Amino acid sequence: MSSPILIDNVQKVFKTPGGDVVALKDINLTIQPGEFVCLLGPSGCGKSTLLNAVAGFQAPSDGQIVIDQKAIRSPGPDRGMVFQEYALFPWMSVAQNIAFGLEVQKKEKAEIGLVVNQLLDLLHLKDFRDRFPKDLSGGMRQRVAIARVLALDSPIMLMDEPFGALDALTRRNLQDELLRIWEKLGKTILFVTHSIEESIYLADRIVVMTYRPGTVKRDQIVAMPRPRDPASPAFNDLKRELGRLVMEEQQRHADAEMKLAAVD
Amino acid sequence: MRKIKDFAHGALVPVLVLILWEACSRAGLFSAVVMPAPSAVAAKWWAYLLPAQAQEAGQSWLAWAFSGELLHDAYSSLYRVIAGFIIGAGLALPLGLLMGANTRIYALFNPLMQILRPIPPIAYIPLAILWFGLGNPPSFFLIAIGAFFPVLMNTIAGVRQVDGIYLRAARNLGVGQWTMFTRVILPAATPYILAGVRIGIGTAFIVVIVSEMIAVNDGLGFRILEAREFMWSDKIIAGMITIGLLGLAIDTAVSRLNNHLLRWHRGLEH
Repeated sequence: MSSPILIDNVQKVFKTPGGDVVALKDINLTIQPGEFVCLLGPSGCGKSTLLNAVAGFQAPSDGQIVIDQKAIRSPGPDRGMVFQEYALFPWMSVAQNIAFGLEVQKKEKAEIGLVVNQLLDLLHLKDFRDRFPKDLSGGMRQRVAIARVLALDSPIMLMDEPFGALDALTRRNLQDELLRIWEKLGKTILFVTHSIEESIYLADRIVVMTYRPGTVKRDQIVAMPRPRDPASPAFNDLKRELGRLVMEEQQRHADAEMKLAAVD
Repeated sequence: MRKIKDFAHGALVPVLVLILWEACSRAGLFSAVVMPAPSAVAAKWWAYLLPAQAQEAGQSWLAWAFSGELLHDAYSSLYRVIAGFIIGAGLALPLGLLMGANTRIYALFNPLMQILRPIPPIAYIPLAILWFGLGNPPSFFLIAIGAFFPVLMNTIAGVRQVDGIYLRAARNLGVGQWTMFTRVILPAATPYILAGVRIGIGTAFIVVIVSEMIAVNDGLGFRILEAREFMWSDKIIAGMITIGLLGLAIDTAVSRLNNHLLRWHRGLEH
């Protein structure tokens, strides 16, 4: 069985010519197996930095992230990542993109073919299997990116504002797909977003982060049953409450930018 | 219908030039030795294309058809271009990949490359003859140099511009160093590399004509220089036209190959 993600006293400091920037400070979180957690906050709150640390792209300056009793040091297929920019390999067809992670693991051809077909089915991509990414819409590309990560069959899925570049309708559509897949496959999902509504619609738990230094401002359980109705009073109460928290941080972000501009 | 119209439109100026040229020649405005009429050039081209002798008994039809001087020369030139290009590009590609991917190797080789790169391949002619004597080898050497630098520079640039997001996605999928190189960096760099290949082939084709003027006794470059010695200006022009057609054929073939290899590329129209 999969293990929780333990984020243990993580700090991240970026050295810049203008001095040190504390991106993350004293982050302590435990994410249970099968939990859907959203990291919510304005730009510059360190939510992507935290996700990159879990992915293993950037080591924390202090503290550690532990999965399966091992501290994370490098990226790996046990933590598949979906990027906002899709990051599909444009020279590979849809099917080849999905198969690539399995080929890297030297799985047998027949097995790869089977998995690819299942995923094409699951994400309604069957008619697109031999297309190249350039011929797909943004929503379709993100479906392929999700399928590529699912092919790894990793217990953990990391998502960095995956639906940020999509239009509102496509976005809702993919959110529903993601929930359907999550309920079916029982993955642990760590999902970065700056959309309050998106986080309430999706998550079991929302971690609101502060603007520099990035700390946990609120760790909010969302108990509403799914499918959630964004027009319901409970949804809107929570939206108002989280909106207030996020906007406080957004204001600090805006103030800091103004101050920086004034110095220039 | 539209195509025919476009073609007629495009042919208008060349046809007018030919008519004017023919008219001037027939009116005796310039000497036939200095500037032959287009009809004379066409006749010469045709004679140059056809086999010199009648088909011998036992000779295959194909061998006979290709026994004409023009086809033999075109084949010789094409052979030199391809052989020289393969040598030049074959050396440039691995070196370019290494220099693009590794800053230390880049720092090691770049000064030498920057010193050698501005030397035109033509300037190597004396050395090529000294080192390789006569025949094909000096041609191969000069053509290889002509093809080497465009392929090298574009390969380096191609590897360097690979978007970091692909590298991150690949590392996330658990890709090791070798697979990263062969299945991510190399394909991501192909648009640049193929642009270099196209320039390199173009340079190789210029160099082959020059190199044939010095060290061999067939090929299109040799033939037009030979024709000058006999004052056969019609044959010179016929040879030049053949060079143009062969160059066009090579460039079209390379461009077709590019379109096929880059069919995934966003910037490309079908």
